[in-house]
Amino acid sequence: MSDWLEDFIAGKEGAELLADDRPRSLLLPLPALIGSMQALKAQGFDMLNDHMAVDNPEGEHIRLLWLLCSTESGELLRVCCDLPRQQPVAPSLNALWPVAEWQEREVYDLFGVLYSGHPDLRRLFLEDDWEGWPLRKDYEDSFILEPGKP
Amino acid sequence: MTPKTLTLQDLLRTDFAPGGGTQEYFVNMGPQHPATHGVLRLLLKLDGETLRQVIPVLGYIHRGIEKICEHQTYRQIVHLSDRLDYLSALANNWCVTRVVERAAGIETNERIETIRTLMAELERLQSHTLWWGVFGMDLGAFTPFLHGFRDREELTQIFEDTIGARLTMNYIQPGGLLHDLHKDFAPRVRAWLKDFGTKVDEYDRMLSGNLIAQKRLVDIGALSGDEALGLGATGPVLRASGVPWDLRRVRPYGVYDQLDFVVPVGEKGDCWDRYWVRIEEMRQSLALCETLIENIPEGKTMLVKPAAKIRLPEGTFYEELETPRGIFGVHLHSRGKDMPWRFHFRSPNLHNLWCITKIAPGARVADIVAMLAGLDLIVPDMDR
Repeated sequence: MSDWLEDFIAGKEGAELLADDRPRSLLLPLPALIGSMQALKAQGFDMLNDHMAVDNPEGEHIRLLWLLCSTESGELLRVCCDLPRQQPVAPSLNALWPVAEWQEREVYDLFGVLYSGHPDLRRLFLEDDWEGWPLRKDYEDSFILEPGKP
Repeated sequence: MTPKTLTLQDLLRTDFAPGGGTQEYFVNMGPQHPATHGVLRLLLKLDGETLRQVIPVLGYIHRGIEKICEHQTYRQIVHLSDRLDYLSALANNWCVTRVVERAAGIETNERIETIRTLMAELERLQSHTLWWGVFGMDLGAFTPFLHGFRDREELTQIFEDTIGARLTMNYIQPGGLLHDLHKDFAPRVRAWLKDFGTKVDEYDRMLSGNLIAQKRLVDIGALSGDEALGLGATGPVLRASGVPWDLRRVRPYGVYDQLDFVVPVGEKGDCWDRYWVRIEEMRQSLALCETLIENIPEGKTMLVKPAAKIRLPEGTFYEELETPRGIFGVHLHSRGKDMPWRFHFRSPNLHNLWCITKIAPGARVADIVAMLAGLDLIVPDMDR
């Protein structure tokens, strides 16, 4: 496989390739996110396959993951970005891939990540007055089976 | 500045239509509407009978499966995956199995992979047969429903013999298959395939050429290839829009790399193209099954101890495959325990659903039923 990805991160401070083999993963600092995503889209990653988050209470951060796919080269690329757990705010990618609007609503619903520039930031699955973010590891409510247990 | 969050109530504003002077209004379609096949709720903003906006409201069957998965072993998660898209139960099993096998480094043999591929293709036929029947019913033709279910029933019984379940089937497991094929499996499948070959043509004669069906499908809900890609559509919906993106072809898994098949692609991406792509897929799957059923090699069907605990190394793993409705993906984030730290499903139906927000505005209320039928949505898979 070509090494375009190493060239891609060469000029970006704080960007690194993660050890995962497939799909290849790229960790970006928050300020570089939007610019890099625009460049990746221009490079042929025309499909935003999926967007998810992973909670990391020890590291006090939430990791966001985007899975990009190019229908030209068939390549998959995972882009990661760490946000502080207290006030997670990420830029919305809705302008680049319209599907991000709904994927981001899911992450907001379950992890409480806010997206700046999002046109319609509402909960996706739960009721509007639901309290808390269920997929965070410290989430508790009255009917959870094993409260607090990871 | 903290981004602003909204509630559904904030969206329920109506206005006077531009130029016309008539008042817009909202109508709820669902969550208990026969054309939404489950509990999908669509809020329709209407001006007379013209759709101005469609707001899908989800969550009526949200079970928190991703949260439940964090407390299950990897073998148990396989059994949850078929509660998502119950018409692609085996494909979902297979995807979870693949991600676990790859993370754990479990190798399989040719027999296991062939049977998995055969089962996935049979299920594609089973799913598309049901879709065709229900599609006809949504358009107001009741006969296709009876024919579709009649032809599906025999296949369901064949699955039941081997697997033991009719709907939420569990057969594909990490390390192999739950058990070997039933002794009557091959002869019954051969007989069914022979019979079904004539049925697809019958479907074509019965519904495809029908003038009412044509009028309700052609040029309704057109979606260009770029729009479909941007909206995250996959499967027949994307291919109907002219993008030949089929994981069985572009990134083969199972034994698809040894098989010869055509990927049907539409032109305009309207409801008719989505219909036609699925009908052609049935023909392709039929030919694939006919090849596969004659070429099942000998060998074991389970290569690891069935009760063994699977412990995965640390890391984030991802696998995806082509279900009857599009790309189903599984993200697995492991911290080295026998249960995942985070488990995420990439749902094909959730992504296909959003096409409706693009294709519906400007159409009539009756058209939305044809559009939904063409998207072939399974609600439990969206809500998870």
